[in-house]
Amino acid sequence: MFTVACGGSGSSSGGSTGTTPPSNNVLAISVNAGPNGGYANGAFASVTVCVPSTTTCQTIDDVLVDTGSSGLRLLSSVLTAALPQQKASDGNAVVECLPFVSGYTWGPVQTADIELSGEKASSVPIQVISGSDFPVPTACANFGSPQETLSALGANGILGVGTMAQDCGQGCESASPIYWECPASGCVEAGESLALQVQNPVALFSTDNNGVIIELPAVSGPELTLSGSLIFGIGTQSNNALNGATVYTVDDDGNFITTYNNQSYNQSFIDSGSNGFYFLDSSATGIPVCSDANYFYCPSSTQNLTATNAGSTGTPSGAVSFSVANADNLFNNYSSDNVFEQLAGPNSLSGFDWGLPFFYGRNVFTAIQGHNTPGGTGPYWAY
Amino acid sequence: MSFFFVNALSVNAAKSGRWAVILYLAMLTISLPAFAGLGEDVSSVQADQAHMQGSLRTTQTQAYTLHEIQAPSGIVVREFVSPTGKVFGVAWQGPWPPDMRQILAGYFGQYQQATQAQVNSRAGRRPLVIDQPGLVVQSGGHMRSFSGRAYIPEMLPQGVSAEAIR
Repeated sequence: MFTVACGGSGSSSGGSTGTTPPSNNVLAISVNAGPNGGYANGAFASVTVCVPSTTTCQTIDDVLVDTGSSGLRLLSSVLTAALPQQKASDGNAVVECLPFVSGYTWGPVQTADIELSGEKASSVPIQVISGSDFPVPTACANFGSPQETLSALGANGILGVGTMAQDCGQGCESASPIYWECPASGCVEAGESLALQVQNPVALFSTDNNGVIIELPAVSGPELTLSGSLIFGIGTQSNNALNGATVYTVDDDGNFITTYNNQSYNQSFIDSGSNGFYFLDSSATGIPVCSDANYFYCPSSTQNLTATNAGSTGTPSGAVSFSVANADNLFNNYSSDNVFEQLAGPNSLSGFDWGLPFFYGRNVFTAIQGHNTPGGTGPYWAY
Repeated sequence: MSFFFVNALSVNAAKSGRWAVILYLAMLTISLPAFAGLGEDVSSVQADQAHMQGSLRTTQTQAYTLHEIQAPSGIVVREFVSPTGKVFGVAWQGPWPPDMRQILAGYFGQYQQATQAQVNSRAGRRPLVIDQPGLVVQSGGHMRSFSGRAYIPEMLPQGVSAEAIR
């Protein structure tokens, strides 16, 4: 992590024929131990943020690539660039409390120019995760536990490149415990217009802005690291065509349908930010959980399973084969590895959470809501 | 399983009776127990309803009473009450999670401790599963679509399986 001046990067096209060359739309990603060490199935990338309309920039490594959320979130402890505070129309600071499954991230909404490979989005609202800039309101703390440190987050930040253009959307245009305005007298719940909410930066690129592809190679057992690409745009350049991938539409809530053992679960989703296959529970699957970490499955022998994914309207559909290994054995026998394609665990009863192992050996397209692509208008997933 | 409809009380804070409703809710908040939800008395359901500014629908089954609170935000909380009048399970669904301190009541501290105890790199980011003596929590989803449930295994009425809590 370092601070640099971003001018003079050699991208001048003086003397060319006048056609705009395609942007470099490939950002390197790596599944590795992460900045905290030992992360299982986390895909990390470097993100450059700049003070808007300046060349004062900072590149932050080890940011988790997450197709299950939308918007960039950075730990304030790693951010040195002085980004401007997002203000509401009345001049008050906008601060966010974003809930995740087991806790929340709290901190101010600030704006940054974001550079990812050769793509750039200007004045993007992001969240700076900080428990100290503004006191955490009770209604935020009541979501659970704060994820405001490196050890709690396991990453320097989260790059949310999911199916939605904003993190919350219309539900936060009226007051909610998600968005807050914080005058000196204290923070109060406030509705925020879509434009003031934390944005999926990809949707704000000038080109290649209709979605992303994550490309990671197949693996045949636990690995130390895995290198791949986050590619911007769908069908906008020679390197991001759908190439016959099946398009699975996603509903307004960001879900599609997974069927397993003749039961359909319509709150299922694909999420590079989840670190395993998470589905049902022991009583529904017959697979025991680990005795020491009962949030992972520990079958006595590896289970080869099949489920069927379908678009949110019920079609199209296609079978998915996946395997569930004993998580204790994986971690004990491959203690220095970080890539585990057979790591799985129970979920809430709502359905399937197809985490990062789903992406190994499969190019997964995530199309953003309201954006046109050769495969139709987002939101959808395709693979 | 046969359900029959018993009672419907709808509080709608959107239209003409807004101020009367707000006053009513304020009075409810003052007069009912501050701690509501899991493990608490059935009377706490109304405190949860007031807290969520929601509508309440009650359904009676042979083994338990289901109180379903629907908030204007789209959050739905279902509270399962035993024949002895205790909330033995809660389930939720919505664009963001409900006020977990409100619905887990006296179990919120145990929930927080268990959540923090699971923070390690191997465990990564994933759905939350807590399975301890005296408390089971399963919570999953993502922004715009969260769902989960919590229950006290020892308090499940006879003949009620955990699968019913959803």
